[in-house]
Amino acid sequence: MTIHNLYIFNRNGILLYYCEWNRLKQSGITKEEEAKLMYGMLFSIKSFVTKISPLDTNKGFLCYKTSKYALHYFETPTGLKFVLNTDTGAQNIRDFLQQIYIQVYVEYIVKNPVIDLQEPITSDLFKQKLDAFVKQSPSFTSSKVTSY
Amino acid sequence: MIYGVYIVSKSGGLIFNLDHNVPKIENEQTFSYPLDLKLIYENKSVKVSFGQRDGIMVGHVLTALNSIPVTGKQLDDGRDALQIIENKDNYPLRLKFGRPKMTTNEKIFLASMFYPLFAIASQLSPEPKSSGIEVLEADTFKLHCFQTLTGVKFMVVAEPTQTGIEALLKKIYELYADFALKNPFYDLEMPIRCELFDTHLQALLEQMEKSGISNV
Repeated sequence: MTIHNLYIFNRNGILLYYCEWNRLKQSGITKEEEAKLMYGMLFSIKSFVTKISPLDTNKGFLCYKTSKYALHYFETPTGLKFVLNTDTGAQNIRDFLQQIYIQVYVEYIVKNPVIDLQEPITSDLFKQKLDAFVKQSPSFTSSKVTSY
Repeated sequence: MIYGVYIVSKSGGLIFNLDHNVPKIENEQTFSYPLDLKLIYENKSVKVSFGQRDGIMVGHVLTALNSIPVTGKQLDDGRDALQIIENKDNYPLRLKFGRPKMTTNEKIFLASMFYPLFAIASQLSPEPKSSGIEVLEADTFKLHCFQTLTGVKFMVVAEPTQTGIEALLKKIYELYADFALKNPFYDLEMPIRCELFDTHLQALLEQMEKSGISNV
């Protein structure tokens, strides 16, 4: 079980936060370009899913899997988007993303009066808490911490 | 349950599509003035943009007004549906809403949209040598994609709980190889119009839903 990386986007598609743990392959483009590519892909998938769905969607897109990794997507009603890449066997990542939102984002970003919510996150406290939160999760424990 | 099968050629064009067991979502109700739904005219149809109730959801389109079919915003007798709805004297009104059905054009458009998504998913991979999207999960369906060595993509849209789709995809590939590729009148990259392929695929899907893939 491995957690690769995490993206947080706001509702306008601006990358608020990026962080990686076990990433073996870089995409070969700059981080800004990669974020735009990722957001564009998610935006297209969302519209693809609502169109191709045979029934009325509620939560819409949840995750996709390739042969090597799985991408999990969680969007709040306010448009904040959490994207987490893990290995394909990871379980209950959706709940985990929701917990990141509730226990880390709301606690250390929303409740911090000096942070502008539409700006990329630079808070050290958030960084530490998020790192600790991810590392204590069952999906992370058995991964190769040495490569970090 | 299986909702549909799509086959996309190497260059991203939709060459085959079959709708299987797509549930029809329709609701007809009598409304009094003022209407408690917000309707907008968008993409050549009258859509609900706000105010979900009694099974009528945001995104549903107006399909009939007082049992007269509506196409776009025009009734079959040539009157404008939105004008009738705005006029207080016409109430009570019987309106029928339904989930919009995909047109062939939209299906072709969606198939070509999947192609770059598949490629980007592989490019953004945190692990080396990743394939493209194999399974895409949403709350109402699961899309399984199988890419052959020659680049043809087979896609099945099914219920999230449906199992055995991987085996089904291989079977469809087999049918494609047997009945489409061996047909001397079939051109590669062109839409598949082979009767035998259609009948065999239909039979395969029915058998799968009846007794599972292991018996096929």
